[in-house]
Amino acid sequence: MSRRLRRYPLAVAGALVLIAIVGTAALAPHLPLTDPDAVDTRSRLRPPLTPGHLLGTDEFGRDLVSRLVWGARVSLLAGIATAAAAMLLGVVLGVVGGYYTGVVETVIMRATDVLMAFPYILLAIAIVAGLGPGLRNAMLAIAVVGFPLYTRLVRGVVLSVKQLEFVEAARALGSSDATILRRHVLPQFVSPVLVTFSLDIGAKILATAGLSFLGLGTQPPTADWGSMLATGRQFVVLSPHVVLLPGVAIFVVVFSVNLVGDALRDVLDPRTYAG
Amino acid sequence: MVLHLSPGDPAEIMLGSAATSEDLARLRADLGLTQPLPVQYVRWMGRVARGDLGRSLWMRRAVLPDVLERFRATLLLTGTALVISTTGGVLLGVLAASRPHSWLDRLSAVASLFGASMPVFWLGIVLMVIFSLQLGWLPASGMWAPYGGGDARDLLAHLALPAVTLAAASVTIIARLTRSTMLEVLGQDYIRTARAKGLVERLVIARHGLRNALIPIVTVVGVQAGYLLGGAVLTEAVFAWPGVGTLMVQGILARDFPLVQGCVLVIAVSFVLVNLAVDLLYAWIDPRIRYE
Repeated sequence: MSRRLRRYPLAVAGALVLIAIVGTAALAPHLPLTDPDAVDTRSRLRPPLTPGHLLGTDEFGRDLVSRLVWGARVSLLAGIATAAAAMLLGVVLGVVGGYYTGVVETVIMRATDVLMAFPYILLAIAIVAGLGPGLRNAMLAIAVVGFPLYTRLVRGVVLSVKQLEFVEAARALGSSDATILRRHVLPQFVSPVLVTFSLDIGAKILATAGLSFLGLGTQPPTADWGSMLATGRQFVVLSPHVVLLPGVAIFVVVFSVNLVGDALRDVLDPRTYAG
Repeated sequence: MVLHLSPGDPAEIMLGSAATSEDLARLRADLGLTQPLPVQYVRWMGRVARGDLGRSLWMRRAVLPDVLERFRATLLLTGTALVISTTGGVLLGVLAASRPHSWLDRLSAVASLFGASMPVFWLGIVLMVIFSLQLGWLPASGMWAPYGGGDARDLLAHLALPAVTLAAASVTIIARLTRSTMLEVLGQDYIRTARAKGLVERLVIARHGLRNALIPIVTVVGVQAGYLLGGAVLTEAVFAWPGVGTLMVQGILARDFPLVQGCVLVIAVSFVLVNLAVDLLYAWIDPRIRYE
């Protein structure tokens, strides 16, 4: 095990960084942090290493360590939840569209084609326009535009597997569709779906941060890395740290997720090794 | 369709929670929302075919002229970013493939991970801080200088930072794909033959290698063109570039549905046209490909 891990030192480093960030975010209520929304106008835009404010304060005098930690909860949860929702929806539709031919398959695949024919972020913005700005709606929009990736992937695997002899044999033995799908088809797409999911989390964190940056995601005063960047950029000349810190936080998390995802791809799906 | 299929009621979103039910009913009737969806769709398509995208609720004038004017700015930004990313990506990919495992190859691998992890809007702000605010080399925002500008030099100076920001992620994606495709092509027998007959390495790579690697490269460039059109929304927001993306976000925040629909339609149509152009390019690059 340790020898295998040694082959991926960057991924191990990425995983350790992620564990540290997720752990800190999860423990936020129990950490000795000030209220992330507590305004203190006398301490506006304090630079990092100010006594009492390790990373300084924002334009309302709110402590940036506290806002980054609490913002991590929102940003990470948004990224993971949207990727998970897209994956679940995509897998279900991919299995149905691949296993059952006919009208259902046509409807699912044409809807998938339509969604894939639009630029990703633009479609998410269009859906938020219909639902109204807000984190929940932004997450819903990103999950909706994200599922076709999984549907295409799973359908392709299901289409090829359902023709194979062992599935024919299971059917001849009288196995129900549910049993065939669970026992014989599901194990075939678990690896590629997991790999796609691990790489997709980073993309979803970036997308939700992007919508928050445009003012369409998290609404003030809730701390979220994307919205922190958006509000902080008005003060970029006076206090660049207000913008730099949430950007670095997004970059470090997404970079770590991608390192882990890349290694997972090499281990679980060696055919797609990019080398 | 997406806007109409969304569970939110456009009339309610436009008028806000303080609106009375009579106001809502009147606005729904005005917008034609009381009719069946297929009827609304056919009527909307009919109007679009006549060049009528409706009237903006916020600016109180026809949507189309504003959208088209802003789209020109978006097209300029996206087109420049595409030229930068294609030239830079192909060049970097070819160099990395011709010297595998060199420092340049490793640099391009690290750069591709950076590119995939960097929030484009943050990169834009960082570049703006360095090149506009600290060094003062380039303007920070807008498309033209407020006073005394208006020439090509002024436009190029304003275009540089947003175009580089938008192109950054695409450069690394195109470079990685060019590298892997070129490595595959350079391992073929006809490349060995070309080298054996004494052809200069530069010609082997350009004429026999790159030429045969072009189909996947054109595909990824086409895909990137679409992503750039979408990504332009964020870049425009950072640099206050007067494109269709900023107009659309303003439209969403002002709850101006006809304006948002117009923006989405224009970008979607250009996305489809890019895909069509890519398909036609295939036949030009590889004469074996023929469309019935």
